[in-house]
Amino acid sequence: MSPYLTQTLTTGTRLELRGPIGGWFVWRAEQTEPVQLVAGGSGIVPLIAMIRARERSRSTAPFRLLYSVREPGAVLYSEELRALAGSDDGVRIDFAYTRVAPEDSPRPPHRIDAALIEQAAWPANTSPTCYVCGPTPFVEAVAGFLTTAGHRADAVRTERFGAMGEQR
Amino acid sequence: MSMPTDDYLDGNAAAGMMSEIFAADVTVAEAQCAHCGITKRFAEAHVYLQAPGLVARCAGCGSVLLRVVRAGGRAYIDARGMTQLAFEMPERG
Repeated sequence: MSPYLTQTLTTGTRLELRGPIGGWFVWRAEQTEPVQLVAGGSGIVPLIAMIRARERSRSTAPFRLLYSVREPGAVLYSEELRALAGSDDGVRIDFAYTRVAPEDSPRPPHRIDAALIEQAAWPANTSPTCYVCGPTPFVEAVAGFLTTAGHRADAVRTERFGAMGEQR
Repeated sequence: MSMPTDDYLDGNAAAGMMSEIFAADVTVAEAQCAHCGITKRFAEAHVYLQAPGLVARCAGCGSVLLRVVRAGGRAYIDARGMTQLAFEMPERG
């Protein structure tokens, strides 16, 4: 779908939109438990929607976002995320830069691994609901780290956008 | 039978196609695999779209749960791979 949108679709193309469809990879304002978001590349898109829904509903559910991205220039929603990180709004944001990290990064470039999950993600005993979105290999790896860290499999919700997606 | 590869999506990707057929949201329904017996949300199934239709496989054992093919103005559904697909429904009354 994304290649179609970026490469084929042109100004004036007529579109018919349906949806939103599918109720599984969804955060609802009634949820009060901690929320762990893990994004790989453009997998941030549905997760930023959850962060915005949290703001709109004035929810105080504590959120954490762990965002894996190639380099600082590839960060989507960077202004919005910077504003969130600088506020005291209950959303903690950690980045995992996989190729180039900024100079003030606490970590050298590294993919998400079990150690980073332990540092940055909610511990399993806080019973968060986890939402993981990214390329299929990324989602498989992160879901594995989370369940290994003790998170219940049915508390780890995943959305994959395929193996041919961007590199994490 | 072709073997599953790692180039799959998940049950969320089937939501649009299934919503054209079923009134309820299939992705949140609980599907029991007829092969290994595990029950998971349909959204967690591994979905392959690079096929003549849609193939959903069990995230636990890889067996085919569901096949959907649209051809000649019809939708064909083979759900032999599931012993049960359970939906939350309000009580009638």
